[in-house]
Amino acid sequence: MHDVLLKVDRLEAWYGESHILHGVGFEIGRGELVTLLGRNGAGKTTTLRSIMGIVEKRQGSVRFDGQETVGRPSDTIARLGIAYCPEERGIFSSLSVEENLLLPPSVKPGGLPMSEIYGLFPNLEERRRSQGTKLSGGEQQMLAIGRILRTGANLLLLDEPTEGLAPVIVQRIGEIIRQLKQRGFTILLVEQNFRFAATVADRHYVMEDGRVVDMIEASDVTQSVDKLHNYLGV
Amino acid sequence: MLDIFSIPLPALFGQLLLGLINGAFYAMLSLGLAVIFGMLNVINFTHGAQYMLGAFAAWLMLTNLSIPFWAALVLAPLVVGLFGVVIERLLLKRIYHLDHLYGFLLTFGLALVIEGLFQWKWGSSGAPYPAPIPGGYNLGFMFMPAYRGFVVVAALVVCLATWYGIERTRLGAYLRAATENPTLVRAFGINVPRLITLTYGLGVALAALAGVLAAPIQQVSALMGTNLVLVVFAVVVIGGMGSIMGSIVTGFGLGLIEGFTKVIYPPASNTVIFVVMALVLMVKPAGLFGQTK
Amino acid sequence: MTNQRFIFAAGLIVLALVGPFFVYPVFLMTALCFALFACAFNLLLGYAGLMSFGHAMFFGLGGYLFGYVVKTAGLPPEVGLLAGVAGAALLGLVTGALAIRRQGIYFAMITLAFAQMVYFICVQAPFTGGEDGLQGIPRRALLGGLIPIENDRALYYVVLAIFLFGFAAINRFIHSPFGQVLKAIRDNEQRALSLGYEADRYKLLAFVLSASLAGLAGATKAMVLQFATLTDVSAGMSGEVVLMALVGGLGTVLGPVLGAFVIVAMQNYLASFGEFVLVIQGSIFVVIVMAFRKGLVGEIGDWWRARQKAG
Repeated sequence: MHDVLLKVDRLEAWYGESHILHGVGFEIGRGELVTLLGRNGAGKTTTLRSIMGIVEKRQGSVRFDGQETVGRPSDTIARLGIAYCPEERGIFSSLSVEENLLLPPSVKPGGLPMSEIYGLFPNLEERRRSQGTKLSGGEQQMLAIGRILRTGANLLLLDEPTEGLAPVIVQRIGEIIRQLKQRGFTILLVEQNFRFAATVADRHYVMEDGRVVDMIEASDVTQSVDKLHNYLGV
Repeated sequence: MLDIFSIPLPALFGQLLLGLINGAFYAMLSLGLAVIFGMLNVINFTHGAQYMLGAFAAWLMLTNLSIPFWAALVLAPLVVGLFGVVIERLLLKRIYHLDHLYGFLLTFGLALVIEGLFQWKWGSSGAPYPAPIPGGYNLGFMFMPAYRGFVVVAALVVCLATWYGIERTRLGAYLRAATENPTLVRAFGINVPRLITLTYGLGVALAALAGVLAAPIQQVSALMGTNLVLVVFAVVVIGGMGSIMGSIVTGFGLGLIEGFTKVIYPPASNTVIFVVMALVLMVKPAGLFGQTK
Repeated sequence: MTNQRFIFAAGLIVLALVGPFFVYPVFLMTALCFALFACAFNLLLGYAGLMSFGHAMFFGLGGYLFGYVVKTAGLPPEVGLLAGVAGAALLGLVTGALAIRRQGIYFAMITLAFAQMVYFICVQAPFTGGEDGLQGIPRRALLGGLIPIENDRALYYVVLAIFLFGFAAINRFIHSPFGQVLKAIRDNEQRALSLGYEADRYKLLAFVLSASLAGLAGATKAMVLQFATLTDVSAGMSGEVVLMALVGGLGTVLGPVLGAFVIVAMQNYLASFGEFVLVIQGSIFVVIVMAFRKGLVGEIGDWWRARQKAG
């Protein structure tokens, strides 16, 4: 691979006593869109949280743009240019929509200006004075994505952005993710919804029991459908 | 003479003004407690001692360094706030992961140490602090000492400024967000531990500011905050800690109720706030402005 | 293990019986009163998960009622003790019913506030003697002259019996089905509720029992020291009992007893330091919360188990 932006190597992570990741390894090139697939409990979310530095204990190596991040607190990791959109969306109820959007401080030049973010998500502009958690599920998801585009971070970690949303909205989020890739964002997407993942990603890593067990290029997906079904238990 | 319930009007207004002044202190102190609790999950028992430290700092500045009241109004909260920062960094920081009760016990112990040291050095009888604004105004129905009027206005301004800072500024948004989900706020690149330290420092400075304002009204003494903090706990239970505006309204309101009680049935004036607390617990256990958890 | 435990208990009983021949009996009696007080506090914290920061209201009220009944009304001391228990139980019923509507830190603040209210009432009420308190409460013989208590050593055995009665009552309660339900509520209130237990009734009963025993401790202390004052009903006293339980070990059976003896002894030795005692007490709070949260009994227990393992 040419220009590696994120390289994860022998990554292990623990929650309390339970050992969740057992030596995860993969890499993402600059400008790529890569997914982590796998069943519930395979360790996908924990991998994102470990990259972000918000698990209790981790070991191994996560290099971002050549810099080691294991051992650093999450705020300094964020300031290197990694932004995180959690599975539960994490919209703050005591903040308005606009305050939610403005919350993450900018960490690098080159983030999207507010006008472009509102261009991508017109609903958010209409409702910018509402309480963040008063939005619909789809709008909250858009808010959670929109909020990390402003900061100048160039690696986006998106955890199941389509979960529990209506098909029309899933489609819309797919379009937005493709647009973000075109704009040069590098994206690591965690998905259960393989059909959705197949429409957007360059490559797929498959996780099982806290390890990466396979890698499938987007071009090989059609030949590998049976294998994938087996991995994902569909 | 004009009276209500056969009480002379000047006496009524005099007591209501006193109530308003007490209410101003309740509001400032419960506000600080609520902000600190939101971020640190610690009920700051040291709040009363820090209020006393504010008053003492102003008094020591005046008597030893001839620093006038107006300068002390800024300097004393700064000094005491920095002291708060040290406490947070050295002690409180290490117990956030424990049950809330440990924070309560730790700050209770600190209050004993601070109040004990001051009582040991300066005794428990108070020292007077000269009123920085002499004189007063005859309002027709009562005489209003100028400084007391100033205290009410100043406290109101401080409370509203705190409300504005928390509800309307970027730093306030960080604070509200970190109260809800500190892990995520930190993952956005905000140094949450520093934010927590800052919040504690600000809450403590607010208590110290109340102490400086109180110095010319009350005697400056080691134990001036001991009973006050207990009343403020009741205020916090009555208001609930969910809302900043709620703390302010509850504080001033209870001060007025206390003043009014002093007029109609003086023996109950010490206990009326606790009676209100009992009533609120019966009707709305989460507090007037609190959310049920 | 059982054998060791038996020897340990027997040793304690022998110590308690011969104690007044070696140590000043009034000191032992005061310590026993505080030990009972601390056990009552610990019952609520350890087995209902409720930390009361206002237990002085029951302790102080018990003392005042004893003083009033014995000195002012001229009735025998057993009536005074009963009055102390009954008064504290009633106060516990009223304040407990309100306080258990909130949990955790709010519960602590609410009990503290109620205790402050009781304090203010005691300052003003006619039967407490205000700032002076009740002084010179006579030591009349118990049970119509059967047991004279003028002599300190004789009184000591009465106090020891009262303490053992309270201590046994607490242990009986903890090991009863009622106590088991209480523990289940402490560990998971939602589950206990879904099993059909009315959690609030169990908590209230524990609160009333704890208040009654604190009242008994306060009344007994007034009988021993022959006075009842505002100190016993003040917030400082509420803090002191927390300190005793904390020093000994929160939620352990013997911890509060040991803690009470340590703190009472410390106060005797440090009496000449005046206000500085506050500083020392506060420092102990800080040190224990920061470094020895298990208290003496907990830390000694850990050390003992580690030694057993090693040996």
